[in-house]
Amino acid sequence: MSSNGVLVQVKGLKKHFPITRGILVQRQVGAVKAVDGVTFDIYRGETLGLVGESGCGKTTAGRTILQLYRPTAGQVTFDGTDLSTLKGEDLRRMRQRMQMIFQDPYASLNSRWTISRIIGEPLRVHKLASGQEQIERVQELLRIVRLNPRFVNRYPHEFSGGQRQRIGVARALASNPEFIICDEPISALDVSIQAQVVNLLEELQEQFGLTYLFIAHDLSMVRHICTRVAVMYLGQIVELAEKDELYDHPVHPYTQALLSAVPVPDPPLERKRKRVVLEGDVPSPVDPPPGCRFSTRCPVAEEMCSEEEPPWRDVGGGHFVACHKN
Amino acid sequence: MAPLLKVQDLTTRFRTLDGVVHAVNGISYVLEEGEALGIVGESGCGKSVSVLSVMGLIPEPPGEIIAGQVLYQGQDLLKLDDEQMEHIRGREIAMVFQDPMTSLNPVLTIGRQISEPLIVHLGMGQEEAHRWTVDLLEKVGIPQAADRYRDYPHQFSGGMRQRVMIAMALACAPSILIADEPTTALDVTIQAQIVELVKDLRDQLGMAVIWITHDLGVIAGLAERVIVMYAGFIVERGHVDDIYANPRHPYTLALLKSLPRVDRTSGEKLATIDGLPPDLLGLPPGCPFAPRCEYVVERCVQENPVLEPVGPNREVACWVDVTTRRE
Amino acid sequence: METTITETPQYGLEALEAPPLSLRQLVWLRFRRHKMALAGAVMLILLILYATVGALFFTEAYGNITDTSIRLQAPSAEHPFGTDVVGRDLLARTIYGGQISLMIGLTAVLIVIIVGVLVGAISGYYGGWIDGVLMRFAEAMFNIPTIPLLLVLSKMLSDKVPTIELLGREFSGSVVVITAVIGLTSWMGLARLVRANFLSLKEQEFVTAARSIGASNFSIIFAHILPNTVAPIIVSATLGVANAIISEAYVSFLGVGVMPPTATWGNMLNGAYKYLETAPWTWIFPGSLIVLTVLSINFVGDGLRDALDPRALVE
Repeated sequence: MSSNGVLVQVKGLKKHFPITRGILVQRQVGAVKAVDGVTFDIYRGETLGLVGESGCGKTTAGRTILQLYRPTAGQVTFDGTDLSTLKGEDLRRMRQRMQMIFQDPYASLNSRWTISRIIGEPLRVHKLASGQEQIERVQELLRIVRLNPRFVNRYPHEFSGGQRQRIGVARALASNPEFIICDEPISALDVSIQAQVVNLLEELQEQFGLTYLFIAHDLSMVRHICTRVAVMYLGQIVELAEKDELYDHPVHPYTQALLSAVPVPDPPLERKRKRVVLEGDVPSPVDPPPGCRFSTRCPVAEEMCSEEEPPWRDVGGGHFVACHKN
Repeated sequence: MAPLLKVQDLTTRFRTLDGVVHAVNGISYVLEEGEALGIVGESGCGKSVSVLSVMGLIPEPPGEIIAGQVLYQGQDLLKLDDEQMEHIRGREIAMVFQDPMTSLNPVLTIGRQISEPLIVHLGMGQEEAHRWTVDLLEKVGIPQAADRYRDYPHQFSGGMRQRVMIAMALACAPSILIADEPTTALDVTIQAQIVELVKDLRDQLGMAVIWITHDLGVIAGLAERVIVMYAGFIVERGHVDDIYANPRHPYTLALLKSLPRVDRTSGEKLATIDGLPPDLLGLPPGCPFAPRCEYVVERCVQENPVLEPVGPNREVACWVDVTTRRE
Repeated sequence: METTITETPQYGLEALEAPPLSLRQLVWLRFRRHKMALAGAVMLILLILYATVGALFFTEAYGNITDTSIRLQAPSAEHPFGTDVVGRDLLARTIYGGQISLMIGLTAVLIVIIVGVLVGAISGYYGGWIDGVLMRFAEAMFNIPTIPLLLVLSKMLSDKVPTIELLGREFSGSVVVITAVIGLTSWMGLARLVRANFLSLKEQEFVTAARSIGASNFSIIFAHILPNTVAPIIVSATLGVANAIISEAYVSFLGVGVMPPTATWGNMLNGAYKYLETAPWTWIFPGSLIVLTVLSINFVGDGLRDALDPRALVE
């Protein structure tokens, strides 16, 4: 699993979106602290899951890692190179090695382009293939994602959601990347199609030695596909561990609540389960609570929790928690 | 005892530019008083259209209920005119939708929106309706209910808005609450809150609930009986424990097998259902699931199976017995 | 990369044998349902034929022959539209005048499209100070009343440009001036529309996807986003032609537009001004042609706008 070394290093990553006000001159009056200090490593060949509910910043984190947003603070190192030092052409060349699969199969493909043009774009941008060679490569990619290569000249709206996701996968593979961020790739698909796409992603990982950052909110699916999982809340990581360890022995109260909230398709089990039901809503990322962000809703919070930010503790075996207790 | 709601051979079509969409194809079911019924299926299976038909909320055109009966306490709702249906909607049968943002009027305070059915249906005065409303808001777990009476929908979070929708639905203490994917757009912890809320309220008020979703996990924790729909047909139904422990229709079976679990890790690949969801514009003759079914036999492609009992309170629409692979 | 094609089902793509309607077909179907739009389109085609094919029957020179002995003659067999104040055949003049009016309409719109799209795209995509400057400039131009501006500029520049020869015809330089002036004063509306579209489209996931691939800004603007904003551009362009024709008529009618002897429907009206009651044929024919043209363009534009309505074209 982690024997291959670190491919991506994220250190203290922050992404704040300024809130401005003013008529003639815009002043900054606050910021949405979408990602507020996130640190983790991604090892070659693994699938790291990044989970959390809406507003936790996981999608923003993914995009900031890929430099689609420039970080407000912190560092992202890809194979030894600090991405924040790259600009223009250098950054573009680096993009060949790291790609993204998007959530919305309808919005992530340009409806005016043929799928041949869509999948071939990375080949053109990075000058990897042109003309006949490009066409052949596109057809090969379609075969890899189990779509009929005959339909290269069709438009996205002629395909179903699941097929469009495959087209997105083919596009992400086109430049032979090493690292792919999957940003909620199956959330918009029907249940019976999700398994198809997930199986495909797993096969491709094996076949091409890919490293994935799998961003999702479906905890059941994350358990299936990931090797390690990180849980985010309000812009920070609260817990990180190997998959089974996290799911079977969650330490952070938020992780515990999150896991207990996930319904299981097993009626007798559901009836017996003790749910940790959290009160209230997630606070606003504009004005996060002082100290531990989760302290306002934590069932076991103490005074210290709303005063001091919790330390990032190692509880053994690669299991880390940001919590004052235990 | 006569059932509270009896749907018989309900059939709904839509005329679109591309052709006729056969959204609901002759479904029948009953709902007893106080019962929790789950309708499960993926997008396009007809589950939403079927309850919108029951509520008389299908726009005609392009929609059309071309057959069937919906007997509520003995009265056929499909035969009622708009005015008569308005007395039923909100008062006897209430509905909660998936997206609270579009089902709530953004320019009216939520207090006003909740009191409206109280004033219209129950004839309450303003003062009394106001008090009832604050009471309802407290019941659905909105903190500082008295203050929030005057707030507008956009001032609430998604989960809170859904609670407001539920408060509106329950205002007149209906006998049936229909919830159409009410938690699909919500985070899982908020979903848990809403499910617990509905369960509590059901215990308190004794109303029947029809919960519609594609999420087999949610249904497992909430429903007593389950109906599985596919391509506008009911393919299986029965008691929830039985359906999950012994699915008898290939679709239900495949669906359950394809779901990963949060409480255990399986090392194998997920079982998939081959093929694509059905095209409601042109359903093939025979069983709509046949193109994707692993148990398919020749009869399946020619004749559409009907629901047949395979046990006490248990029905399946399939020519093949999946336990023995014969019939 | 080595790949093997595994034996797996082709996930129902066989069902795509007959592809669903392409965007163009869909738009045409919807357009066809608009009776007025169809009528307008037919009328427009007839008018274009009138101005082009009609030229085969008369030469331009013929329309410029003055003969004061037959001035202000009512329509007759020899001059079906009658003659004007200096005895020129009106039928021939409306034909050649039509060519000019239509040509000015189309060319001016071309300028509007180029300037409007460029300004709108750059403004909408880059935002920031570029957007600020460009939009303030557009607003400033918007607030200048167009007709007086047209009049002033035409008056100042009309006689400064020499006659040009194009396609076997000689045009007074004023044609160029009018076209340029109309074009450069009418782009702001389109720029605003395009900018609005760019503002929303650049947040769409397919644009983020293009950026994540490393596509250049130029490619994103012109290859990705622009093709998705074609609808408002088409509608704006269509209606812009009508606007340009009217503007030209306005300005020429007031005597500061296209200069004689080149005929346009507008300056024919200028010549008819004094003879409103005594020789109505001098203004009825050019006037009706203007009205018919502008009306039919407007109908077509309305039809296109409805047919291209994105809400109805959900895929």
